[in-house]
Amino acid sequence: MSRYVLRRLLLLAPTLLGISVLVFVLMRLIPGDVVQVMLGTEAQLGPEQRQTLYRLLGLDAPLPVQYLRWLGAILRGDLGVSLRTAEPVAAIIAGRLPITLELAVLAAALSWAVAVPLGVLAALRRRGLSALVAHVIGLVGLSVPSFWLATMLLLVTSLYLRWQPAGAEWVSPLRAPLTNAQQVLLPVLSLSGALVAVVMRMTRSAMLEVLGQDYIRTARAKGVAERGVLARHASKNAAIPVVTVMGVQVGYLLGGAVVVEVIFGLPGLGWMILNGIYQRDYPVVQGGVLFVGVLFVLVNLLVDVAYACLDPRIRYA
Amino acid sequence: MPDGARSPGRRGRRRPAAALGLVLVGAFLGLALAAPLVAPFDPTAQPAKRLLPPSARHLLGTDDFGRDVFSRVVYGARVSLQVGLVSVGLALALGGTLGLVSGYCLGVVDALAGRVIDVMFAFPSVILIIAISGVLGAGLGTAMLAIGIVYAPIFARVVRAPTLAVVQQPYVEGARAVGAGVVRVLARHVLPNIAAPVIVQTTLSFSTAILSEATLSFLGLGTQPPSPSWGTMLSAGRRFMELAPWVAVYPGLAIALTVLGLNLVGDALRDALDPRLRQAGV
Repeated sequence: MSRYVLRRLLLLAPTLLGISVLVFVLMRLIPGDVVQVMLGTEAQLGPEQRQTLYRLLGLDAPLPVQYLRWLGAILRGDLGVSLRTAEPVAAIIAGRLPITLELAVLAAALSWAVAVPLGVLAALRRRGLSALVAHVIGLVGLSVPSFWLATMLLLVTSLYLRWQPAGAEWVSPLRAPLTNAQQVLLPVLSLSGALVAVVMRMTRSAMLEVLGQDYIRTARAKGVAERGVLARHASKNAAIPVVTVMGVQVGYLLGGAVVVEVIFGLPGLGWMILNGIYQRDYPVVQGGVLFVGVLFVLVNLLVDVAYACLDPRIRYA
Repeated sequence: MPDGARSPGRRGRRRPAAALGLVLVGAFLGLALAAPLVAPFDPTAQPAKRLLPPSARHLLGTDDFGRDVFSRVVYGARVSLQVGLVSVGLALALGGTLGLVSGYCLGVVDALAGRVIDVMFAFPSVILIIAISGVLGAGLGTAMLAIGIVYAPIFARVVRAPTLAVVQQPYVEGARAVGAGVVRVLARHVLPNIAAPVIVQTTLSFSTAILSEATLSFLGLGTQPPSPSWGTMLSAGRRFMELAPWVAVYPGLAIALTVLGLNLVGDALRDALDPRLRQAGV
C-alpha cells in the first residue's frame, strides 16, 4: 500500500507543475497590454513610466524567467496581491474557502444520503415504482441546470412559502448555526440536484452488476439471508465504483458552486474568481484557479488512495 | 437468474425513453433550423408592452424590453445548436486527433499526451471554461472555443483506449505489413472500429456543452445581449422573477428539455452500441 501511495505522490509532481504552467500561460493570453489592463482605460502613462512599471512588475524578463520567479513566489506561499484591494490573494482565498467548503460538504452529504439508498432500492426492485422514480430522478437531475433549479427554488420559496434566505452576509456555522442553516439551505439543495442523479445512477448500476456475480449466487445458495447477502457481499463490492465518482463530484461541486454562490450572494471561492474576472483583477483569478486546481488534484489523490484501500486489485495493478 | 435473461424487459422500458429523447432532440433541431418560420416575431424586436403574461398573441409572454419570449426561446435553440456543433466539433477534432496519435504511436508521444490530458483534467471543467473565456473576453466565440478546449481531453481519452486495443489486432498488423501508411491505417482500419464510443461521447458532450454555454451566458461571460441565448434570458429574467416568472421559467425549461433529450438519446445509443452493457443489464 505504501508503495502505491509513493508512486501516486511521485506522479503528482508533474501534474502540479503542469497546472502551474497552464495557469501561467492562461494569464499571459490576456489580450492587449497587461499594464494597461491594470491601470484601467483612463490612465495614461508616458513611455518611460510604462517601462519602469514593466521593470517593477518583472514583465521585462523573458517568459521562462517570469514563470520561474512566479513559481518561486508560489512555493513561498505568495500568490500575489489583489489589483483592487492590495490584499494578499492567499488571505482572500483563506477567507472565502470556508463558504465553498461548507456548501460542498453539505451538498455531498445530502446527495449521498438520498442517492445511495435510492440507487440500491432501484437495483433491488427493478420493475417497481422505486425503479421508475429513480430513473426519472436520474434523468431529470442531470438535465436541469443548477442555476435554473436555484432560481426556481428561490421563486417557489419566496412566492408561495413567503420565505427568503436570511441576511445579506454569510455567517459562520460556528457563530450562528441557525442563521447559517437558513443561508445555505437553498444553495445546498440547488447543488445537490445533479449530484443525486449521478450517485444514484452509479449506485444502481454498480449494485446491478454485483448482484449478477457468482459469489452472490453462492451466498444465496448456501442459505445466507438476503439482508446478509446485501450487507456483507453486495454493498462492499458495489461501493468500489461509487467511491470513484466522489473525486469527480468534488470538481462538480467546486464548479457548480460558482453559479450557486453568485445567485445566493455567498462570497465563496467561485464568487471570488468570477468577481476577479469581472473586475479584471488577474492575480485573484490566477491564484484562485491555481488553488482550485491543486485542491482538486489532492482530493482526487485521496479518493484514489481510498479506492486502493477498498480494492486490492488497484494496488497490485 | 442471469442478467442477460432480464435484458429484454429492460430494453422494452428503455424504448419509450429513447423515443422521448428523439422527439425532444427532433423538436430542438426543428426549432433551431426553422426558427424564422416558427417564431412569430423577430427575437430582438420590441413589439409589445413590457412583462406581459402569456397570451394567445405572446404564447410565453414578453420580457422586460417587450420582446416576445416564445420567439426568443425559439431563436435561442439556434445559439445552443451552434454551440453544440462548434464546441463539440472542436473538442472532437483536437481531442480525437490527440487520442488517435497517442494510442497509435505510444512511447514518448503517448506519455507526453497523457501528462497534458492529466493537467487538463486537474481543473473542474466549469472553472477552467470560466477562466479561459474570462481571460479571452466575454462572447459566444470565446465561449465555444473555451468549451471546445476543455472538452478535448475527454475525447482524447475516449479515443485513445480503443485505438490502443485496435492497433494490436492482426488486421492492423496485416495492413501495415502490406505497406499501408499511417494515415491509411488510421482512416480505414482504426477509425471505423472506434466509432461507437466516440458517437456516444459526442451525443453526451453535446448536452453538457449546451449546459456549459448556458452557465457562461448566465454569468455574463457567454452570449451577449440582445442575442437570444437561453442562459442570458434566464439571467435577465431572474431580476423580476416574482413579478413575471415566465421570463426565467421558459428558457430554463428549454435548456432542461433539450439536455434531457440528448441524454436519453445518448443513453440509448450507449445501450445499443455497447454490447457489454446490454448483456450486463446495467
